[in-house]
Amino acid sequence: MGMVLTEEQQLLKDSARDFIEAKSPVTAFRALRDNDDPKGYSPDLWKEMVDLGWAGILIPEEFGGLDFGMQGLGLVLEEAGKTLTASPLVSTVLTCGSALMLGGTQAQKQEFLPKIAAGDVLMSLGLEENAHHAPTAISTKAEKSGDGYTISGKKTFVLDGHIANQLIVVARTGGTGEDINGITLFLVPTNAPGVSIQRTTMVDSRNAANIELNNVSVGADAVLGSVDGGTDLLEQVLDRARIGLAAEMLGSAQHVFDETLAYIKERKQFGVVIGQFQALQHRAAKMFTELELCRSVVMEALTAVDEKANNVPLLASLAKGKVSEAFHLIAREGVQMHGGVGMTDEYDVGLYLKRSAVVEQAFGGPRYHSDRYAQLEGF
Amino acid sequence: MSENLEAFRKEVQDWLAENCPPSMRTPMPEDETVWGGRNATYKNRESKQWLDAMGAKGWTCPTWPKEYGGGGLSKEENKILQQELRRINARPALVSFGIMMLGPVLLEYGNEEQKQEHIPKIVRGEIRWCQGYSEPGAGSDLAGLQTRAIEDGDDYVINGQKVWTSYANYADWIFCLVRTDTSVKHEGISFILFDMTTKGVTTKPIKLISGSSPFCETFFDDVRVPKANMVGRVNGGWEIAKRLLQHERSSISASGFTGGSSVPMQDVAKEYSGEANGRIADGSLRESIAQHRMNAQAFQLTLKRSAEESKAGMGPGAASSIFKSYGAELNKMKYDLLMEAMGTQALGWEGDGFDAEELNVTRSWLRSKANSIEGGTTEINLNVVAKRVLGLNDHQ
Repeated sequence: MGMVLTEEQQLLKDSARDFIEAKSPVTAFRALRDNDDPKGYSPDLWKEMVDLGWAGILIPEEFGGLDFGMQGLGLVLEEAGKTLTASPLVSTVLTCGSALMLGGTQAQKQEFLPKIAAGDVLMSLGLEENAHHAPTAISTKAEKSGDGYTISGKKTFVLDGHIANQLIVVARTGGTGEDINGITLFLVPTNAPGVSIQRTTMVDSRNAANIELNNVSVGADAVLGSVDGGTDLLEQVLDRARIGLAAEMLGSAQHVFDETLAYIKERKQFGVVIGQFQALQHRAAKMFTELELCRSVVMEALTAVDEKANNVPLLASLAKGKVSEAFHLIAREGVQMHGGVGMTDEYDVGLYLKRSAVVEQAFGGPRYHSDRYAQLEGF
Repeated sequence: MSENLEAFRKEVQDWLAENCPPSMRTPMPEDETVWGGRNATYKNRESKQWLDAMGAKGWTCPTWPKEYGGGGLSKEENKILQQELRRINARPALVSFGIMMLGPVLLEYGNEEQKQEHIPKIVRGEIRWCQGYSEPGAGSDLAGLQTRAIEDGDDYVINGQKVWTSYANYADWIFCLVRTDTSVKHEGISFILFDMTTKGVTTKPIKLISGSSPFCETFFDDVRVPKANMVGRVNGGWEIAKRLLQHERSSISASGFTGGSSVPMQDVAKEYSGEANGRIADGSLRESIAQHRMNAQAFQLTLKRSAEESKAGMGPGAASSIFKSYGAELNKMKYDLLMEAMGTQALGWEGDGFDAEELNVTRSWLRSKANSIEGGTTEINLNVVAKRVLGLNDHQ
């Protein structure tokens, strides 16, 4: 991609847009919400996405994937973000798929990657334990027992946790508090004895769960990556998740901006459309500016992952931080510019406001990332 | 094709080795910038030598046609030339409004005589140009300009006043917007060129809040200009004026609003406001600086995207419309943050108690406030984005 889409990427983007518009408009998301759908996503829609190859879009061909890289997945996520499509793309494909590709043994890859690509497994990352993103603030313990480990602890804000068959749990095998060392990632089946999962109903009506692990036994082969040295792998996984999620958020922000722009071109007060007022025009121009900056940042970050550039961490914080702020701004301005109807459930703009609040905090919000950016830049 | 380009690269390297004087490969102090012109003085003798060599080759304007003294280079050849110039850290041989603004529109709209007369002198730096656009009553509303040009035989007689004329007191010629019809607004403007030594032209420097005087007020009192000096048709100047502004804005944003402190802001902050565990101690200042750096990087990436899009033949994308205003606001913010980081050491005006770098920050901070005013205010630029890009109409 670089900063310009290749022909192949443009085709993927066009087909993703056509599919999402036809099969997963915002009304589909509303239906899941209004029906209190127990799964919170549509298995039928997911099956069709799998058939298009999207579940395996990151995965190498030898494991049954398309190997389109983060740039390919980013294009799909952006289109999905436009209509608030609920799917396991972020949890299973982006986050856990990356974890297995980056940290899995040959046997682990062989076991899980083809299943992800075929849509036969759904996975979730069990990371957070507090109200704020803190990748090393882990108190979930994994203690050596026999050849394997016994894991106990509580996880929160586990995206898609209640629909997953398989978890990747971040646990402490050594160290305390926020030590970087002593963290290990484990593959834990959700049907293992001692795992209890509580779905949480979130403001954006998307899937998340609290998970409790109570003396859950796993074998030594459940370790993903190295024992005690999991932070490196985790950070790489999180950077990909941040960048991919930024692509999804860019789609959402772009869409709610377009809707708002259309609204101020049609809503009349004082005998004119309100988009003629400079008080709105300049704010719209500033939102447009932020979107253009975000687009450049996201494209650069997606490309950097595929090219294995050494500034991926910096670009991940730049992308997640910038796009979070832009979506935050545009969702709020969207409600304000819609006026009274922006407060009604009937209009979509409120759905985007709610989504912006949740997705902003996932994998770290603007403050987390500006601080990390400063740290990476040496100040 | 690529073989030819490699041969060209070799040719450039050989030529530069022979013709770029040693001191022209060192960082350029502000006061050694070469603007050219009849009355140019050269603090460094080698600046003149470098200008003459580059001018004779046409490489001060590498892609302009050879027949008018330009370098006649293709885009690819120019890219190689620029790479090689950067490689040896060559100073710009010539900085001029003739190159940045007038030349491109003269090549597009000028007649043959005008091109023959003016372009070669721009290329060689023989004539220094200034821009007669703004007037006391016509700033953002540029088309409201009142300077009158009235036909009289073979001449126009010009009366009026321009303001913010950059370096008018040093310029040899002016490209000027004049009113040739008072009954209409945009359609009554013409674009004309004349010599600043013509009888009736006077200039008066304007002292700015930063203490320097890069701009003048320029007065025209019965100035007689031959009709042949008009570019384009009578009353057809607005189109040319706008095209020239595009060149001006793109050169302003391409320059990246340089000047002032070269020390990274975060290092300045550590030095003046304190450091703790290798980080800026003040968490709130650190956050502000991080935000600024992130915005600056996002902006740089957007410039890069725009360049790649135009290289791919996609034409100037919508993104380019935001460059001028966003770049201006970023630069202003940069100096506000530097001021904050340096505390009272950034408050000196002159003399003892402050070093040169500190005084430079104070002056540059003041100077930067013009970034969002000159070359189209931020407000006008946002209007343009709202109207042309977002399709939001004017309030009638």
